Amino acid sequence: MISILSVNQIEVSYHKVIQVLKGVSIEVREGQIVALLGANGAGKTTTLKAISCLLRAEAGDITGGDITFMGKRIDRSMPHYIAKTGIIQVLEGRRVFPHFTVEENLRAGYLGSSGESDIREKLETVYSIFPRLPELKHRVCGFLSGGEQQMMVIGRALISNPKVMLLDEPSLGLAPILIAKIFEIIKRINDEQKTSILLVEQNALAALEIADYAYVMENGRIVMDGPAEKLQENEDIKEFYLGLSSVGSRKSYKEVKHYKRRKRWLS
Amino acid sequence: MLSLVPQFFVSGLLTGSVYALIAVSIVLVYKSTRIFNFAVGELLALGGYFCYSFVVWFHFPLWLALVGALLMAVVTGLLVERLVLRPLLGQPLLTIIMATLALSVLLRGIMLMIWTGYDVAFPKNLLPGKTVVVGSVAMSAELLWAFGIAVVAFATLAYFFVKTQTGLRMRAVSQDHELAMSCGINITVVFALTWVLAVILGTLAGSLMGYRLALAPSYTPLLALKAFPAVIFGGLDSVTGALLGGLIVGIIESMVGGLIDPTMGEISAYILLLAVLLIRPEGLMGLKRIERV
Repeated sequence: MISILSVNQIEVSYHKVIQVLKGVSIEVREGQIVALLGANGAGKTTTLKAISCLLRAEAGDITGGDITFMGKRIDRSMPHYIAKTGIIQVLEGRRVFPHFTVEENLRAGYLGSSGESDIREKLETVYSIFPRLPELKHRVCGFLSGGEQQMMVIGRALISNPKVMLLDEPSLGLAPILIAKIFEIIKRINDEQKTSILLVEQNALAALEIADYAYVMENGRIVMDGPAEKLQENEDIKEFYLGLSSVGSRKSYKEVKHYKRRKRWLS
Repeated sequence: MLSLVPQFFVSGLLTGSVYALIAVSIVLVYKSTRIFNFAVGELLALGGYFCYSFVVWFHFPLWLALVGALLMAVVTGLLVERLVLRPLLGQPLLTIIMATLALSVLLRGIMLMIWTGYDVAFPKNLLPGKTVVVGSVAMSAELLWAFGIAVVAFATLAYFFVKTQTGLRMRAVSQDHELAMSCGINITVVFALTWVLAVILGTLAGSLMGYRLALAPSYTPLLALKAFPAVIFGGLDSVTGALLGGLIVGIIESMVGGLIDPTMGEISAYILLLAVLLIRPEGLMGLKRIERV
C-alpha cells in the first residue's frame, strides 16, 4: 500500500505565539483507516485543520514541516483547493447548514460542475449508503436528531468522492448504539468506496476496533503509534484509554497513585 | 380625500419597489459577510451617475446606458471587495463596518470631483410610454418602468438563489463560513460575487431614482436611509423580508405623506420601525436561530 497523505513534522502556532503542535508526523496509506487518539487539547483537531487548511481562518499557521498529498505539497494552499483535490474534512460536532433541507445540504457538498444528472447520481450513491436519508430529504437539517445529522454530514463529505476523509469525532454526543452504527458505516465506506480515512476520536475502543493503524497524541506530540491490534494489546493504552487493567477488569480509582506513576511516559 | 387612498397606495408601492432593491442589496451583503454596508447610498448614487454619463456624455440610448452602468457595477463591486474588504478579512467586524463608512466618504469625494456638487438630471422623455390611468389611479410611466425592472431583478435573483449551484453555495456561506470552506466552497469568490450583486442592485435603484428625480452627491445617497428601516423591518437576514419591507416603507411613506402631512411621511417609516422592533426584535421575517434542545 502506498502512502497517500503524509504529514511530516509539522509545527502549528495560533496567533504566532501559542504553539499547539510540536512536530507531528502522520501517514495515511491508500485504503487505510488511521485513528488519531488523544485527550482534549492534545492537538487532534488542529492536526486535521492543518491538513484541510482551515487553520488560516482561525489565525493558525504552520510554522514548520510539510504536508504532502499524493506526492504534492498542500500545506500552503486554500481550503477549497484541498477539498477539490480530494481531502474532505468532516468538522467536529455535526455541523450542518441549519436552514437547509437534507438534500440542499448534500448538494452544497457537491464540488463537480457536470450538471444536474451527475448530482442526482451522486445523491443516489449517498442515499444507498444511508437508507434513512432519502426519507428525510425535505426536512430542515437544524431539526434533525443527532444521529441523523451525523449521517447527513458524512454523506455530504462522500458526495464529492473524496480520496481521504478527515473525520473529527463522529461519536461526539451520540448514544452507544448510534456510535456502533456510525462506525459500522465508516468501515463500510472504507471497504466499498475505497476512501482512506483519518479518524480523530476520544472513543478509543470503538476507533481501534475499525482502524488499521493508530497514533496517540498528547500535548501536541505523537507519543505512540502502531498497528491497531498492537495498540489494543498495549498495557498503557488499555489502562489510560480503554479503562481496563491488566487482568481485564475495570480499574478502580483507589489505585490512582499507580496511574500517576504509569502515566509518566506521556508527559 | 378617501378617493385618493388607492392612488397613494399604488404610487407608494411602485416607489417602494426601488427601496426594496436597495434593501435587498444591504441584506445580501449582510447575510453572506455579516457586514452592514453603510456605503450602499454612495454606491447607488455612483451607479446612477454612470448611467447618466453614458446617456449624456456618450449619447447612448437609455437601455444601453443601463447595461453599461451594470457592467460598471460589476467592476465597482469587484474593486470594492478586492481593495476594501479582502484586506480586512479576519479583522473584527466593527473595523470592517467602519471601513464601509470610510468607503462612503471616499466615494462621495470621487463623485464631487467628477460630477461636481450640482444637481444633474437626465434628459426627459427617454422612456417610452405615458401615464397609465386605471379607474381613479394614475401611474406614471417612469414608476411603472421602475417597478417592472425591479420585478425582473427580483425574479432573476430568486431563480439564481433557488435553482443554481452557485446560488446554493452562496446561501450555504451565509449560514456557516467555516463549514462552507470545509465543503470546498471558495468563499472569497462568494464574497466577491455578493458585492457584485449588491452593487448591481444599487445601480438599478440609483439609475431609476436618478432618472425620476435628479442626481446629486448630497442627496442621492440619502435614499439609503429609506432602505435602512425597510431592512430592519423585514429582518436583517431575510431577502424576502427586505423586499416586503421596501414595499411597505414605500406605501406607508406615500400614504401618510399624501393623506396626513408630507413631513410626517418622511418619519412615518421610522415610527413603524420602532413599533416593529418592540414587538419582534428579529424583524418581520428574520430567521430565528434553530437550536436543538
